[in-house]
Amino acid sequence: MSALICEVVYRGIFQKNLAARIVRGIVLSARKADRWGIAFGRYGDSPQRNGIPAKDFAIVADTKEELEQNMARYEPKHVDVTIVVDDTLSKGVESWAWYGLQPINKLTVPNGTVLMTSLQSFDSLLKDIHKKDAPYNLALLRAKASFAGLWVYREDHTEVRILGALAKIAPSFLTLDAVCEAIKESDWGSDLKVASARKAYDRIENRQVAITEGNDEIPFSFEMPKWWEMREGVTIPAIPVGKPKEAGKGYVPERNPYFKKYTTRTMRPVIDFDTCVKCNLCWISCPDSVFDVMPDGTFDAAMEACCGCGVCEAVCPVENCITMVNEQAFSDNNSQWEMWRADKAGYKTWLGAKIADKVTTARSHGFRFRGQYEEELKTELDTGGVEITTGIPGENAAHKSV
Amino acid sequence: MAVETKAAPAAGADKELLISGSEAVAEALTLADIDVVTAYPIRPYDTVMQAIAKKISGGQLQAEYIVAEGEHSQFEIVKHASTVGARVFCGSSGVGWAYAMECLVVTPPLRVPMIALVGNRALDDPGAFGVEHNDALFVRDLGWMLCWVDTSQEALDTTLIAYRVAEDRRVFLPLAISADGAFLTHSQAITMVPPKEKVDRFLPRYNRGDLLLHPDNPITVAPQANEDWVIEIRRQNDEAMKRASAVVEEAYADFRKVFGRGPENPWFEEYMTEDADVILVGMGTISLPMKVGIRNMRAQGKKVGLLRLRWFRPFATEKVVAVLSKAKAIGVVDRDYSFGSPFNAGVVATEIRAAMYNADTRPPLLSFIGGLGGREVTLEDVYKATDLCYSAANSGKSDAKTHWLGVRE
Repeated sequence: MSALICEVVYRGIFQKNLAARIVRGIVLSARKADRWGIAFGRYGDSPQRNGIPAKDFAIVADTKEELEQNMARYEPKHVDVTIVVDDTLSKGVESWAWYGLQPINKLTVPNGTVLMTSLQSFDSLLKDIHKKDAPYNLALLRAKASFAGLWVYREDHTEVRILGALAKIAPSFLTLDAVCEAIKESDWGSDLKVASARKAYDRIENRQVAITEGNDEIPFSFEMPKWWEMREGVTIPAIPVGKPKEAGKGYVPERNPYFKKYTTRTMRPVIDFDTCVKCNLCWISCPDSVFDVMPDGTFDAAMEACCGCGVCEAVCPVENCITMVNEQAFSDNNSQWEMWRADKAGYKTWLGAKIADKVTTARSHGFRFRGQYEEELKTELDTGGVEITTGIPGENAAHKSV
Repeated sequence: MAVETKAAPAAGADKELLISGSEAVAEALTLADIDVVTAYPIRPYDTVMQAIAKKISGGQLQAEYIVAEGEHSQFEIVKHASTVGARVFCGSSGVGWAYAMECLVVTPPLRVPMIALVGNRALDDPGAFGVEHNDALFVRDLGWMLCWVDTSQEALDTTLIAYRVAEDRRVFLPLAISADGAFLTHSQAITMVPPKEKVDRFLPRYNRGDLLLHPDNPITVAPQANEDWVIEIRRQNDEAMKRASAVVEEAYADFRKVFGRGPENPWFEEYMTEDADVILVGMGTISLPMKVGIRNMRAQGKKVGLLRLRWFRPFATEKVVAVLSKAKAIGVVDRDYSFGSPFNAGVVATEIRAAMYNADTRPPLLSFIGGLGGREVTLEDVYKATDLCYSAANSGKSDAKTHWLGVRE
């Protein structure tokens, strides 16, 4: 009697088809050895919303009864493999319902595996992934976050690479041959995809992570209120009026103490305070009231409230003043304005480096020719460039300079 | 904020008026000085909206009178008005009430103390005007308080009590008063209308308090929530409905003090139940043939009584059980149906069976369906039901059937 439980952590809407294919592929592969399985999503998550972290699950078991035992809860509380298809999620996950930050490895069992698509190094990722009280394996599949499979985008084989890698991680449940057979039979399968899965099986990089390794930040959390503590009538209090930034100048709004958006973001705005013309457009346009008014009339972006939508960059009339850059380039949520105030020259250098950092900026929007993955992989790993497939953020970043 | 109508009628003794149940409700609404009323015509409820319009045009009541484009909007408008502190009224009948269903559903969780009059009417099809109770019973599981009135006087008094109960901060739930179409809504009877001064002593102004939607009290009402919040919200409604029972008793006690009339037991009327072998149960105007039938049967030595339910939600389980446990047989006459339910009975019979399940003494219970679509429930129907109950009393066993009264067969 045994079971394999996997979660797939993904970005809402862009990766929902990708995640669904992976969990279906797991069940269909395991079925080749007469196992039973189920694939489902966490219903309370919001797979239809832009960039929101969401989860799908796959459970496979030797018997129907054992499958039921593992299904008799809303979602698995422990998983053998955590599959992460966007490495910006290594900072942790907040469900759409926002009950605090869940470290990405939280549900992973001791000596289980976190399987992630990433172009970053193990050490770089472990700056973001929280420490865990048990050792586990970090397995990397070299790829950028895939937005392929979302209606308008072409295929990029990410789903089959994950399945091929999983055959290496859990061979007693999914043999490589079974995975290949299931891929070939599925309506999105092909011989080329089978070849991609086999290559991924060989190429996966694995490293054990000790309990001493990782980000030692204590994840943000809060207690859910009891029914009698909640305000009646399905009402919630409004956020109180804010205060001046300092010495009666500027304005910083109060913010919801529970509702944080740290992990909603894949991008964040960086601001050149020297070129800001104080036009207010970012402040007016931001749907999340992210911009705090500074005493000098410029606007600082509060990272606890920013979901990374990029409206501020789009409305900013000044070339190079607000730039969306990859969230993965940051390990804190500190105030940019304070950094700028303390050291203007140093800030300029920092800002230029963030904008120029294009290593992981782009997302995969599918392939245009055979062999593109191999070419990109080499280019990206060797030079940090994004020559072939650039996503929208990369396109914006290209003309940015400081 | 609720605005008080300035021109209040002069204080003094009760006025005696010959008015219908609908007009009695309008008298009560005038005395309660409602702020916002919405209307959309459907028989028999439309008699109430006409009576209110007349009150406003006559200058006796100052209120916003909004004719909506349908029942859905009608109930939405008062829901919103209530959240900004207005005392509100609306109502409907039959399929009109059904058309408002989405708005009826959201009112209890938002804790809106809306008072509605349901002029009970058969549901389409066939298009029919006569009384059936299935319309109001749509909302029986949703957090609406439900009561049935029998006379014009009771309609007037219950409307005043309804505001007192629903607008109590411990409750804040909507309340529907059911009045049998035609038999009550269109029948004029001598009714005592109390002076405004007494009503003011009984009924405080509506205070929305911490739930008031106002710039000075910034709140968000009805955000989306997922499974991690919903059960707590349902539990809050459960508690409000439980608290309503005590508030109902307080309100009736105060009503008796201020007005010098009204029942000691808010929940149901008992008629000759004290020594009864057979107790019949019904709601609304069906009490009339039952009472007359009971008097006739008593003259023949049959000890029959009536329990007429006023309040269906909250349901006075313990009190109902205490009375019915003493009988040798119970006969519930439903003016509604619940097709495919246990024993194919009506709603009230099913509820009373459930209430009796934990009773120490469980007399045989027989279920009847009668008077549908406004058909007369005859004395013969009452005698027939009672005879069947006596058979069950003698055998000590229910026939586990539902008998249709007055159906051509």
